[in-house]
Amino acid sequence: MNDIVSLNMAMEWLRGLLAGWLPGAFWVDLAMALVGVAAIFGVISGAAVVFVYVERKICGYMQVRIGPNRVGPFGLLQTTADMIKLMSKEDIIPCGADKWAWILAPILLFIPAAGVYAVFPFDNQAIFADVNIGVFYVVALSSQATLPFFMAGWASNSKYALIGGMRTAAQMISYEVPMVFAILAIVMMAGSMRISDIVAVQQQGVWFICLQPLAFVLYVITATAEINRAPFNLVEAESELVAGPFTEYTGMRWALFYLSEYANLLAVSAIAATLFLGGWAGPWLPGWAWFFLKIGFMVYLFLWISWTFPRFRIDHMMAFGWKVLLPLALGNIMLTGIGIYIFKTLN
Amino acid sequence: MNNQWINSERLQALQLKLPEQLEIAVDGVQAAVVTEPPALPALMEELKYGADWQFSMLSSLTAVDYKTYFMVVYHLYSPALRQGIVVKCRCERENPRVPSVTRWWPAEFQEREVYDLLGVFFTGHGDLRRILMPDDYSGHPLRKDFQAPARAEKR
Amino acid sequence: MPKAQTYILNMGPQHPSTHGVLQVVLELDGEKIIKAVPQMGYLHRGIEKLAESRTYPQFIPYTDRLDYVSAMGNNLGYCQTVEKLMQIEVPERAQYLRVIMAELNRIASHLLFMSSLAIDLGATTAMIYGFRDREDILDLFDMVSGARLTYNYIRIGGVMADVPVEFVPAVQRFLDKFPAMMAEYENILMGNEILQARLKNIAVLSGEQALAFGLTGPLLRASGVDYDIRKIEPYGIYDRFDFSVPLGKTGDNFDRYVVRMQEMTESVKIIQQAIDQLPTGEVMAKVPKLIKPPAGDVYHRIENSRGELGYYIVSDGTPKPYRVHVRRPSFINLQMLDKVCRGLMIADAVAVLAVLDPLMGEVDC
Repeated sequence: MNDIVSLNMAMEWLRGLLAGWLPGAFWVDLAMALVGVAAIFGVISGAAVVFVYVERKICGYMQVRIGPNRVGPFGLLQTTADMIKLMSKEDIIPCGADKWAWILAPILLFIPAAGVYAVFPFDNQAIFADVNIGVFYVVALSSQATLPFFMAGWASNSKYALIGGMRTAAQMISYEVPMVFAILAIVMMAGSMRISDIVAVQQQGVWFICLQPLAFVLYVITATAEINRAPFNLVEAESELVAGPFTEYTGMRWALFYLSEYANLLAVSAIAATLFLGGWAGPWLPGWAWFFLKIGFMVYLFLWISWTFPRFRIDHMMAFGWKVLLPLALGNIMLTGIGIYIFKTLN
Repeated sequence: MNNQWINSERLQALQLKLPEQLEIAVDGVQAAVVTEPPALPALMEELKYGADWQFSMLSSLTAVDYKTYFMVVYHLYSPALRQGIVVKCRCERENPRVPSVTRWWPAEFQEREVYDLLGVFFTGHGDLRRILMPDDYSGHPLRKDFQAPARAEKR
Repeated sequence: MPKAQTYILNMGPQHPSTHGVLQVVLELDGEKIIKAVPQMGYLHRGIEKLAESRTYPQFIPYTDRLDYVSAMGNNLGYCQTVEKLMQIEVPERAQYLRVIMAELNRIASHLLFMSSLAIDLGATTAMIYGFRDREDILDLFDMVSGARLTYNYIRIGGVMADVPVEFVPAVQRFLDKFPAMMAEYENILMGNEILQARLKNIAVLSGEQALAFGLTGPLLRASGVDYDIRKIEPYGIYDRFDFSVPLGKTGDNFDRYVVRMQEMTESVKIIQQAIDQLPTGEVMAKVPKLIKPPAGDVYHRIENSRGELGYYIVSDGTPKPYRVHVRRPSFINLQMLDKVCRGLMIADAVAVLAVLDPLMGEVDC
């Protein structure tokens, strides 16, 4: 069953089809790459549409209310209606805004959010680019997300946006350090930064969540901070700063920012699923089904945390990141190193 | 309902102590001691710190426009002795100036409100400006002779 | 050499967390507040001036709209003031009904306080829980007076009409499920560490400082001062009920929050006793059709949800009052905002405003 419906099979079939039409191997590769890119964008867009609806419904039920239920059966067309509304809004650029920085900010935010998908293992050998520094690529690219927030905050020519931008820079940079160290523990366990190696090691042994529970907890906390979700959503604290760095954005630009937020949420869930929950590996069901199930579980976890807790204050947040999480992450690395050495000595 | 607000017999004791310009008004449910602005600081000092009085809380500060004069009304309360007192200060209408009681009780906002709505000037307040009406408003709405401006044409 | 300078940030009047139309002009150094000046008056409707051209009963709906979240208390204060002036004796059943309504309204007001505190700090779920439970109380008021927010139920001489038969069982049902509600709020809010870190040891005021700011109500009791008008100068029949007055220990924001939660439990006790002792009888005294108090003036105060609510009425013997002044607790409590916020951060200013619980209808009158 695995072999019949795996993504790999689908890709091979498509490659064969294209080889029949196109002249050389180079053109086939190019065509496959374009198909891959389109597929990734399709996944991101589809996931965003689904997750906006899922979040509103889940948070609705947690709050003892129903959530969207008017547009379409069970409110399923709510996101479509929202997108149409956003696309039809007037494009306003605030007077006094730094025009090019302001326009580029949401675009630059979307690029790393989408770019990390290139190394996600959707199925056995169904990775767009299985580079041997896969983890490093993910970390480096996702840290680029700080700059567009700051650009938006500065370029908006509004004090609220500026405060939001400053908070973002502080928060995202501070929480990247413990996150990288948590991921480093996984790299140490797997012995490689290549994503497919990490999945393979988990396939043969146990999922890394069992071997690295502290790293998992650290990763969940720091990822919540990286994607600006509660309790770390002081960047866009609605009750203090209205909407933080993206206060002045409207229409499609705001939709792009919102899309990037969900792409980010999906990305960190996918990373967690890959590094800690075994990626696409699993019995009976095809790989991609397992992958999406694990992502779904992680997304639910993030949403659950987000809708339960109140918000941090900025100095609490910084103190927590630097004085609690970072020592824990470093301690975890040390224990992992000692553990690996003992394991190697015993075998 | 028990009545903790000081009645006229006890007010006479106060009048004996500070005789100048102190009357007692008995009309109304609660008797009041009526004075003029020059005698107000001494009276308030006595009421706040005097052993028989100990009025440490200012319950309410307001003013009434009686067409020929203003009457600033203070309601003081003493949690320690469980008693209340009504002090009225009668001032002229043309140039109403009353000493501020912010020295003894936290009356900042209430005096600003009286200034804003009735035009009574409180000397020694420190920050007497309008509080409810816009800062550039002219006129004092709660006065009896206040004419609301006719609505301007829609511009 | 660049130098740092302070900047002015304008919070409001349109802002998600200024509890209505309050403008706070913040002077900031980075995220620290140097000065926080409240600007009021955006909701000033001239209610005291309007009173001079309305008859005494006509003014009661205006009092509803002062502190619109605890409207029963406003009605009660005004009607008791007029009754004091006219020496009217209110029948027993009406007195008990008034107590039940006022205490139910206190609970509803504190639930709203809790919900807005939760959402100002980011806990949206807790807000919805608070509103859901407040709906039960609003349904009770709807049953009694036909309105959910501005009741016009307590009248001069008694109450508007007797309660329907299903009212007392409905109140009893609400009281029975109240402990479970409080336990849920403890779990999701009071015990939450992030909330405690946001509120504990922020904006600490000692008892003397609180008195020096002119605070009354839960804010004063949170700083440890035992001052509750229901105990000190009981009005109506409050001296017949057995309840305690919760006090705070440290006088920080967390105490201001906890005191209100505990007050809800005390109100439940009062309502339970009132229901048990509710006598039969008239609900309105024999008052003349035209309310014309004798000339004179009177001041009467009650303990409303936000503090000491006082009414000063000057009557000249005509059916319309000569002057009505409302001593509004939120207005005077706002005096503390500037001094208390100095040195705190923007996020703390939001929290201070939330626990101050000002209601702009009352602040601006």
